[in-house]
Amino acid sequence: MKRPQAPPGTRIEAWELAPLPFNLLCITVLCVLAAHAPHTPAWYTAALVVVGIARWWQRRQQHRRVPAWLRVLMLVAVPIAVVATYGTPFGREPGAAIVCGLLVVKLLESERLRDARMAVGFACFILMSALLFDQSLGFTIVVGLMLLPALATLRALEPGMPGESGWSGWLPAFKTGTGLLVASLPAALLGFLLIPRLSVPLWGAPDNNSIARTGMSDQMAPGDLHSLLSDDSVAMRIGFDGPLPPEDQRYFRGMVLWHFDGRSWTPGAVAQRPWPPAPTAIQGPLTRYDVTLLPSNQHWLFALDMPVTAPEGTRFGPDHTLWSDKPVNQPLHYRVESALDYRLAPEALDPRIRAAALQLPAGYDPRARALAAHWRREAGHDDAAIIRDALDLFHDGGFVYDLNAPLLGRNSIDDFLFDTKTGFCEHYSSSFTFLMRAAGIPARVVVGYQGGYWNDFAHYLLVRQSDAHAWSEVWLKGRGWVRIDPTAAVSRVVYANAGGAAGDVGGGNTSWWMPWQNRLDVVNRWWDQTVVGFDALKQSQLFHPFGIRRATAQMLGIALAVLVFVALGLGALLATLRPRDKPRDALAAAQLRLQRRLARIGITRGASEGPRDFYHRCKAMLPASAKVLDSLADEYLHLRYASSEPPPERARAFVRHVRHFRPRRVVK
Amino acid sequence: MNATAHRERRTIAGRIRRRIPGLAHGRAPESLPVTLDRRRIYIVPTRAGLGFGVLLVAMLVGALNYQNNAALLLTCMLGATLASSMLLTWRELHGLTLHSLHAEHGFCDARLAVHLTFDDGRARPGLHIALDDIQQPCPLARHSGRTTITVPTDTRGWMRLPRMRLSNTLPFGLFRAWSWITLHQRLLVYPRPLHDKPPSDADAPHARIAGGDEFAGLRDYRAGDPVRHIAWKASARNQHLLVREFDRAAPGQPLCFDWRALSGFDRETRISRLTGWICDAYDAAHPWLLILEDGRVRGPASDAAHYHRCLTELAELP
Repeated sequence: MKRPQAPPGTRIEAWELAPLPFNLLCITVLCVLAAHAPHTPAWYTAALVVVGIARWWQRRQQHRRVPAWLRVLMLVAVPIAVVATYGTPFGREPGAAIVCGLLVVKLLESERLRDARMAVGFACFILMSALLFDQSLGFTIVVGLMLLPALATLRALEPGMPGESGWSGWLPAFKTGTGLLVASLPAALLGFLLIPRLSVPLWGAPDNNSIARTGMSDQMAPGDLHSLLSDDSVAMRIGFDGPLPPEDQRYFRGMVLWHFDGRSWTPGAVAQRPWPPAPTAIQGPLTRYDVTLLPSNQHWLFALDMPVTAPEGTRFGPDHTLWSDKPVNQPLHYRVESALDYRLAPEALDPRIRAAALQLPAGYDPRARALAAHWRREAGHDDAAIIRDALDLFHDGGFVYDLNAPLLGRNSIDDFLFDTKTGFCEHYSSSFTFLMRAAGIPARVVVGYQGGYWNDFAHYLLVRQSDAHAWSEVWLKGRGWVRIDPTAAVSRVVYANAGGAAGDVGGGNTSWWMPWQNRLDVVNRWWDQTVVGFDALKQSQLFHPFGIRRATAQMLGIALAVLVFVALGLGALLATLRPRDKPRDALAAAQLRLQRRLARIGITRGASEGPRDFYHRCKAMLPASAKVLDSLADEYLHLRYASSEPPPERARAFVRHVRHFRPRRVVK
Repeated sequence: MNATAHRERRTIAGRIRRRIPGLAHGRAPESLPVTLDRRRIYIVPTRAGLGFGVLLVAMLVGALNYQNNAALLLTCMLGATLASSMLLTWRELHGLTLHSLHAEHGFCDARLAVHLTFDDGRARPGLHIALDDIQQPCPLARHSGRTTITVPTDTRGWMRLPRMRLSNTLPFGLFRAWSWITLHQRLLVYPRPLHDKPPSDADAPHARIAGGDEFAGLRDYRAGDPVRHIAWKASARNQHLLVREFDRAAPGQPLCFDWRALSGFDRETRISRLTGWICDAYDAAHPWLLILEDGRVRGPASDAAHYHRCLTELAELP
């Protein structure tokens, strides 16, 4: 195709970027920066925003190019800043930061229509990449809306904008794009449903571990859980087959921590051993439920105490935790059965496990050891009495539940038990387990979630990260591993700085919007299930209603192609539909009606035929109606041409005459 | 058998040509009115459209590879929106009816203005018309449907209106729809006027006209009066245009532009020179008479009809 060229000496400015599209382009770029702000350093985003606004101001004031050295400087500064921040230009976050920077550089050099179009395309791509970091419903909607300024920019680059300068005309520019976006939603959904998914990624499996995501880590040091407890994001959603278990039974076991090094608890070696899970004696009915676990990037799954069947692709650890073979990078659905009333290894404890459950670091916390030894001397062989002693200590010893726990020194257990006496679940479970081990009772720390919000409308339990919890298990002869929640023994609770932490210690404080957020989670759940969770497997079941058991990629492709053609055809049909020639008044409407009626029997008024000639021709062709046509012609000509405004009553009479006039087909 | 097949092929070809008249580039000129319907509108992606296509493919592959459904949904939304802009692009031309055409008089080598009237209630802000390499923006306002294009000219006489390409890239500039219109309307191009040299003859029209003009009075403006004769100040006072009339100092002595007096020049130079004189005389409102090659005499007169008759005669000279 021949490329249109500006004629010499005329309208060179036609290839220049007008103020309106430039302003819209600036808005588009700002939107892109905003979409990437959550995972880029604040100073970096702020710097890019400042540069973008400065560029807008500069072009508005001077209408001049940005000097080349400045653009080159910027081009060099962006990668340097990114490498200085992240240490590498590769990976998802550094990559996103670099492309954001390059987009701003593009804005600096945008002077022509071509530049602006390229920048818009680039911006769309970067907008999409923002969704690789967060594909929640809210964020997707926000990013989708950010397409609108991009489309408006494209529209404003074309002619036909009123004003074409400054801000006038921004509304029509947005209108076109918005209308088209809404009109093509069905087509977009069809494409989304039918585009065949890849079962195996084309290149290097996305490295999800690089995403900084708050979630449970595989160790517990004092203060580690704090950030988690103030995180409102959803951890998992659970639907129960039967009734909801009571609040004090809702302990979701995640990981068992065996090893204490004086400061932090880790799973230790036991978790890695291929030892068989301890035998479980089940009493009472099983609870069956479905869990949707949102990505945690960890291997362990969460299940109600005590899971008895392992879902497909998982195995039991020796401490009855559930381990997935792959880290959970995508939302994971699994179905578990748990026994709420159970005896875990009631008869005897494997000596290797007993050793691990009594491990204590040497040279730490002498006062706590002394206290435990004191209890042991007093209680003799009565383990239950020692447990009671410890719980009494937490209840009556002046302990306070407070998320803002003071820092602890080297002997963290001693410091907590005898000095600060202030902390939250991890402090209590940690020191309780320590005391038990020091007293010779096998004990371990369990981390997981506790509580949750029951959504009565959609019947599922919503568990947030802030429901994270740590508790203890002690082994008692004859009863097996018994869950003890020492945090529950604490009587004084300070909620002042608890943020959104709702789960720790039954209930906790809730911010005013939390109830609403809990209710609205239904929508997020729907989104996670239907859209985010629409994978190759679900797609292959798409044609179930049509009797096709398994849809192949080929079938999907064919269906997509067929539907695209049908949609295009429909669209073309809709586009061709035009309102009939709109008559300007009743008289013209009646005349049109007459002409249509005559056209049906084969007498069409020519484009160049005046009304008088037309009536004359009709009269000649329809001798039977000559008289009527004569009077109609006289009336029409008089009404139309004798005065500028036809008298209404006579016009009505004409309309009536036309209505009663039925031309008969000429018999030849 | 063979003959039947041949006939059928001919009819099929004929049918195709009938169905899609624009396929043949040298299609027969048509008469007004011309309506652009679906059979004659073509549409292809522009360079920017191809670029966006590549971009969409990249986005699609990225979203699929990362198994990110939100990104895939966004890609689908953008793709569907940009693809459906094709329909809007096409619709901007569809149903457009060229109703009438009116060419102004113009001289050779200048661009000739042609007024087009489209019969259409819609605004078509993105319409471009190209007759040669130059795209002329011809936005149509709602309910007006009038626009003007300029036609390049290079020879005097009757010329056929070149094939017009009506095109549009609205709304996003990603697709270009276009349609060809070939009309059998003809335009008259006057010869190129030569103003520079005085005639070899003694009676230079400039001198005669300059010496003979005396202001005589004012009269109402009539179409065709030279603009320079309009008395602007008086017109402003009287609410309508007035023209200065000049007393013909020597009414019996109109200027005489004689073909035969220009011996020694080639044919085209003679025509150009005569044209130049006629223009000057007309601008000065001085009567003239034109003596043609075969001795026919036109005039004397100084009005617009005479002016156009003379120029037409000159333009139509073989």
